[in-house]
Amino acid sequence: MTSTSPRTKNTARTTSAVGDKVFFGLSWTGGAIILVVLAFVAAFLLIRSLPAIMPETFGPGAGEAIDFWSYVWPLMAGTVLVSVIALLLATPVAIGISLFISHYAPRRFANSIGYLIDLLAAIPSVVYGAWGMLVLAPAMVPIYHWLHNNLGFIPLFAGDPSVTNTGRTILTSGVVLAVMVLPIMTALCREIFLQVPHLQEEAALGLGATRWEMIKMTVFPFARAGVISSIMLALGRALGETMAVTMVLSAGGFSWSLVTSGANGTIPAEIALNFPEAFGQRQSELIAAGLMLFVITLIVNVIARAIVNSHAKKAEGLS
Amino acid sequence: MTSQIRSRAKSNPQGSQQDPDGRKKPEDMTTQTHKKSRLDSLTANRKPTWTWMAAAAGSAILALLITLLAFESFSVVGFAILAGIFYVVSMYVISRMLEDRLKATDEFWRHLVWTSFFIALVPLISVLWSVISQGLPTLLANPGLLTADMGGVVGSDDIATQSEGEPLQGGILHGLVGTLMITLLASVISIPVGLFASIYLTEYGNRNMFSRGIRFFVDVMTGIPSIVAGLFAFAGLTLFVELTIGTSPQALQSVKTGVTAAIALSVLMIPVVVRSTEEMLQVVSNELREASYALGVRKWRTIMKVVLPTAMSGIASGITLAIARVAGETAPILVTAGYVATTNWNPFSEWMTALPVFIYRQLINPTAPAAGDPSTARAWAGALVLIVIVMGLNLGARAIAKYFAPKTGK
Repeated sequence: MTSTSPRTKNTARTTSAVGDKVFFGLSWTGGAIILVVLAFVAAFLLIRSLPAIMPETFGPGAGEAIDFWSYVWPLMAGTVLVSVIALLLATPVAIGISLFISHYAPRRFANSIGYLIDLLAAIPSVVYGAWGMLVLAPAMVPIYHWLHNNLGFIPLFAGDPSVTNTGRTILTSGVVLAVMVLPIMTALCREIFLQVPHLQEEAALGLGATRWEMIKMTVFPFARAGVISSIMLALGRALGETMAVTMVLSAGGFSWSLVTSGANGTIPAEIALNFPEAFGQRQSELIAAGLMLFVITLIVNVIARAIVNSHAKKAEGLS
Repeated sequence: MTSQIRSRAKSNPQGSQQDPDGRKKPEDMTTQTHKKSRLDSLTANRKPTWTWMAAAAGSAILALLITLLAFESFSVVGFAILAGIFYVVSMYVISRMLEDRLKATDEFWRHLVWTSFFIALVPLISVLWSVISQGLPTLLANPGLLTADMGGVVGSDDIATQSEGEPLQGGILHGLVGTLMITLLASVISIPVGLFASIYLTEYGNRNMFSRGIRFFVDVMTGIPSIVAGLFAFAGLTLFVELTIGTSPQALQSVKTGVTAAIALSVLMIPVVVRSTEEMLQVVSNELREASYALGVRKWRTIMKVVLPTAMSGIASGITLAIARVAGETAPILVTAGYVATTNWNPFSEWMTALPVFIYRQLINPTAPAAGDPSTARAWAGALVLIVIVMGLNLGARAIAKYFAPKTGK
């Protein structure tokens, strides 16, 4: 391109400089949109839910509740209850599978097993809902009857007023939720277990530790913060999961019994069941309930991130 | 070298490791080795290799007996649970008696880890099996399901299908069209925003306040419950309509469209795109960028011609995964797009039905409340199609990442 005149070179340079500015502007805008969207999420939810949160304007429509808080607390309690059930069931299994993939499975299969568990995450939530409603719930009925007959003295299995005959209880929803958060927790825990320094593991084995002792001495101390934060992230997911609960649970007021249908409810399920037909004041109530859910999941997620960050700082200080 | 040692130690957990002798009194050891032959000293404190088979057979028989005697009806699940518990416990006890406490504990935890893997397989197989076994026969018997919508299908049709064996009416076409249009629109919104935001983060951000803020809020956005995203889109567009068109019921009704659902899905999709793209852009080595700058190439040309092409396969695969994730979402579409029985190609006006919402509605409110079977059959067929779409996108993403990866050869 030696024949190019200085003049055209110059224009090429200026268009290029303009291109630089335009490209920077576009990228900056992309980042700014994210911040704006999140601000809008909070602002719109707040604006739409104000009429419901104000005690003087809270109207009928949400059953016998007299104000917003007495309407929303049983739902919040139900949401937390079902998520806790899901985590209690999923955490041991997730840690087990992660250990299996990272330390126990034959090397050749470990990766394929990882893919297999990731497949669980690819199944849409509505399919889990359908499975929980039509397959799992009927299969759980004999277990609930057995629990009620043998462990009925524990309030959780009291079956008040009656034990379910459809299986559509909060415990079934918890099981479905556990299956849904399992792949997330497994993926995160597996990642952390694989990062454990090999030299430490070999040192433990070299001192004559059995494999379990090696895991107890090197893997768990290294991975503790990561495992806790993955549990918190899974909790955030479980709190906001809608379809598994909406389709499986036949909802009602809050109750400690896990084996009764027509008891308990969660915020996402309440919204999904009622929002399509709601209007006016009822809509505001549901949006306000959604705002509460948003706040709860936000707190859980921020705590999870804080644990990760503080641990990262500590690790930097040690090394 | 180290990995060799590691793998040998792993593959032979009992054999190659010495007994943890350090924990025993030295006198015991010497007396043992003097009394026993060489073979004995190697196999001492080891249970015979066939122990696990005996334990498995024993616990299976015991579990069978108990399930037959104690419960009214035989259940495979109960049998499997009991047999598993018996097996793990009996192996622990045997190992404790024939070997020592350390080996028994080690074995116990090994069994629990294997068990957790099999526990996780149960729901995976059960979900896939129920969808395929219930959806595939319906789909094969009524291929028309894919090309028909629910327009004009009323309860009496389903009652005729269930009681008189008439062919199954209706279909899932409107759901397919809805999912296609809404997902397409959500991608059109999210991909540019996500791409440019991640380019800003990696190429321009330099860890300043603004980029750290974006990173933090992307993390926050990944945690937004999907139904809250739906409520946000609905609340936002309602405000917009109230301010521009008016507060009449017709105006408010017009909020529920495909585009509202697409905005809701974008809120869920943008953080996924940003996260995966940022990761891929950071992998691009700085030497490539510097080589380009050294040749006098402008920054934006460098990004367009060097950085993006290098990371393209990873970015494309991440975007495909993000699309797969939102294509299966139900809750945000449920609260934003309404529900209709006919096919609607226009996401900017009228209600729209997405496939997941169709499945949900068919199960919760069957077309004929008294005869739910045809609706359930349609729902399972829809679920099968949905799983095929989502799994296809997932496999496609893996294929893109694998086959279009940049050539690293010299």
